[in-house]
Amino acid sequence: MAQRVGMEVSVAIGEMVRMADADVIAAYPITPQTHIVEHLAELVADGELDAEYIPVESEHSAMSACLGAAAAGARTFTATAGQGLELMHEVLYVASSMRLPVVMTVANRALSAPLSVWSDHSDAMACRDTGWIQIFTENGQEVVDNVLCAFRIAEDAEVLLPVMVHLDGFHLSHVIEPILLPEQGEVSAFLPPNKYPLPLNPEKPVAMGDFGPPFIYTEAKWAQEVNLKKSKETILNVWRQFGDSFRRHYQPVEHYRSDDAKVLLLTMGSFSETAMTAIDSMRSDGKDVGLIRLRLWRPFPFEELRQAVKNAEVLIVLDRALSFGGPAGPVASEIKAALYNQQTRPKIVSFVGGLGGRDITAKGFTEIVNRGIEVAQKGSKDEFEIFGVRE
Amino acid sequence: MAKRENELTWRELEIGVIATEPGNASQYRTGDWRSQKPVYLFERCIKCGMCQLFCPEGCVQQNAEGYFEADLYYCKGCGICARECPTMVITMEEEKE
Ligand code: SF4
Ligand code: SF4
Repeated sequence: MAQRVGMEVSVAIGEMVRMADADVIAAYPITPQTHIVEHLAELVADGELDAEYIPVESEHSAMSACLGAAAAGARTFTATAGQGLELMHEVLYVASSMRLPVVMTVANRALSAPLSVWSDHSDAMACRDTGWIQIFTENGQEVVDNVLCAFRIAEDAEVLLPVMVHLDGFHLSHVIEPILLPEQGEVSAFLPPNKYPLPLNPEKPVAMGDFGPPFIYTEAKWAQEVNLKKSKETILNVWRQFGDSFRRHYQPVEHYRSDDAKVLLLTMGSFSETAMTAIDSMRSDGKDVGLIRLRLWRPFPFEELRQAVKNAEVLIVLDRALSFGGPAGPVASEIKAALYNQQTRPKIVSFVGGLGGRDITAKGFTEIVNRGIEVAQKGSKDEFEIFGVRE
Repeated sequence: MAKRENELTWRELEIGVIATEPGNASQYRTGDWRSQKPVYLFERCIKCGMCQLFCPEGCVQQNAEGYFEADLYYCKGCGICARECPTMVITMEEEKE
């Protein structure tokens, strides 16, 4: 039986990667991801994980080494955060376009300048269109569970795509939580060996990442888009099977007291836990409020989102990133786009807050909801409001 | 390969557009890039093969009479052969539409 142990979430990620029996880890340490890769380096050095640990000189090299490893058919893991993710940026596209099943945890960190090591989602949003499957998590257990699911999803013959598991830096990466770590036997039973169909092999040579002239590029990109969209079936399937095996269940859009709520708040990542506390207290004050959390960011869960908001009158979206000069927070923009053509849809109010590690308390969420309802009723000349800025 | 690459539909591509057969670059018609083509006065040719050696495209072959001549499917019209030919066999002529 799995034991519930108090463990730093970063260490728990390392333990899960050990049980997943990763073959190659190429990483560059960066706050707040450091403890993840430090722990893995230790496991490899102590002989507890039989893997190649490649201590590269930058994140650009980390992802490049991961591509090579995944192309050779190795189970490949890396982790990064903030600026590190940005330095990887061009290689991220190559991983997804070449259909290489790399798994990466991102300890979300605000982008410079001013330099911040604290959490928000500006790093994640900047790589929205890189073609990776992207999953957001709320607590340590979800991170660990989804790292295991990520290997299964990424390596599935129908998918073969890289997967990012996002966890808020510090808020998740550095907290000690009671975590149910499965037994090795349970992990091995859930995660079959990685069988990349066309690995680099001198006996049977292939060429990867070739030149793609105009006559083939459109076909290549469309195949990639169809594949990423279709991966949702496998993601749902893997989560379903994970639920059957481990009794913890994951959905593309998670609901909390949202059925038939007239006002919905939408969050992503660890803030959702505080938001739930706020929802509870508003509910006990007789307010008709619920919470939905976007777990699957890519591929975007259109149907599940539309279903989740179909009875709501107001949908308040909290973004933890700015799209400078743009229409709203990046998440709110997508939600608006996803609902625009619907016959009936809630009024969507966009807030940006929690930037660079700024906390939003339960009281703060209550203020956001109240202000959101006011904006929905009276309208506003602004595309979005920023929460908690000192005037 | 059953189909040429420029006839493949998106459904027919290998995952990640991985090339599983060697030599598919030979299907790429680099001759499309050309704005000038080499024309030959073979009576001056001494069959030294310099044009073949220098051609960056590797598209110069000997014809039935043993003269060296560009394969216009690949010739990019760079003019290097014309410049290097010691007996001025080759002149570059503008391509017409
Ligand atoms: S013009 Fe350039 S490409 Fe064409 S045959 Fe001469 S050297 Fe080769
Ligand atoms: S370089 Fe000139 S002379 Fe020599 S083979 Fe070519 S065309 Fe003939």
